[in-house]
Amino acid sequence: MAPPNNRRPGFSKRAQYSIFASYLLGILGAVVGLLLLLISFIDPQGFAVLRTIGTEMTAPISKTLSQLGGATGSAGENISAYFNAASKNAAMKRELEKSRIEILEARALKLENERLKKLLKLTDEIPDAIAMGRLISSTSSSSRRIATLGMGSTSGVLIGQPVRAPAGLVGRVLETGPTTARILMVSDGKNVTPVQRASDGLAAFATGLGDGTVDIKAINIGDNPFKKGDLLITSGSGGLYGPGIPVAVVLRKNETGAVARILANSSNVSHVIVQPIFQAETVRQIEQDELDNTDSATNGGQ
Amino acid sequence: MKAIPPVTVAVGSMVTMLPIITDYPILPPVGLLVLLAWRLIRPGYWPVWAGFPLGMIDDMFSGQPFGSAAFLWSVILVTLETFDRTAAVRDYWQDWLLASLSIIFVLICGMLIVDFPGNLLHLDILLPQIVLSILLYPFIARLVGAIDNWRISA
Repeated sequence: MAPPNNRRPGFSKRAQYSIFASYLLGILGAVVGLLLLLISFIDPQGFAVLRTIGTEMTAPISKTLSQLGGATGSAGENISAYFNAASKNAAMKRELEKSRIEILEARALKLENERLKKLLKLTDEIPDAIAMGRLISSTSSSSRRIATLGMGSTSGVLIGQPVRAPAGLVGRVLETGPTTARILMVSDGKNVTPVQRASDGLAAFATGLGDGTVDIKAINIGDNPFKKGDLLITSGSGGLYGPGIPVAVVLRKNETGAVARILANSSNVSHVIVQPIFQAETVRQIEQDELDNTDSATNGGQ
Repeated sequence: MKAIPPVTVAVGSMVTMLPIITDYPILPPVGLLVLLAWRLIRPGYWPVWAGFPLGMIDDMFSGQPFGSAAFLWSVILVTLETFDRTAAVRDYWQDWLLASLSIIFVLICGMLIVDFPGNLLHLDILLPQIVLSILLYPFIARLVGAIDNWRISA
């Protein structure tokens, strides 16, 4: 549609001024927007309250919808699957063959592990889950990878806690509201996860690439030690994630390290577990042990 | 009735609440598409500064750093306004072209805002989202047109 005629003010000074003023306001809006952007870089949590209000407002709808249609969860995956269906099929067949062998090996390892644990009288070390819930939505229109969890501070979820699915690590809690929490996923470009190679404990960092893969960089600089199919698990260093949570599988080598596919991808992360921060849990455990020791000591003394 | 266009834009921004968990950006920025449709169907309805408040609402839901849409949408509206003053004729295809360029601009800048040097190398992730958004625009424009007819008759 052609612009209306009143846009061309002619000789009316008043009309010219009002157009000039609205332009000025428009440019001012852009400048203030830029300032806000600057503030949110200096203090990323600064606008958390506004975002939390937004998520809390829409959470009831998200929760209902996510309960209605579990199938929609993989819509993006399904669409993108068309782009490279044939090569994916071949790759998956190879992968399946390999995982069959790996499963057999894992079974043997599991048996041995149980036997050794019995020998050492170790109990299961996996820390308790704080909460279990559903990812109800994600920032699927933005290049950041942040998901919304349908549980918040009222369920005991705190900022920084690791979040995992049965398949592997999903991310960590970024912001919490009363009934929702925002999860920074492993694939986000701002998320760096300390990992190690499962086979030999080679330490590395996994940085998100924003497309369901992570960039792996070994801590020791030297020749590139990664090969296709290497399993990467959390190393426990940094004290945020407990050790041994599966993170990704190496897809291919690159100049500086490798690119790995995240195991807990969008098609299998509908249900997740929030765990306590690993180091905090360890510290608490040590304190508890000391308390027990002093208790037993005083008891023994009597 | 005056509040209908801003409300539709806000509803479009809230589309991220759909239970879609994706590994990469795929969902079109519906709030922006609705804004562009209103802007191009009815030039002169939005004041030039409208991008700022509407962008702020979008920032609440999009997951982008706060201020990202407020800035980019303001730039888009000021640019479109300037274009309107110089262009002699407007037709449907031109509208679509303008909308497409705006979508590409906002999505690419949005990604660069998140991580400037890091994301420069893999902008190709945005390709499916850009294509989807451009193809979705005519449908959104139809819908907005229908809402506009209803708004005027009501």
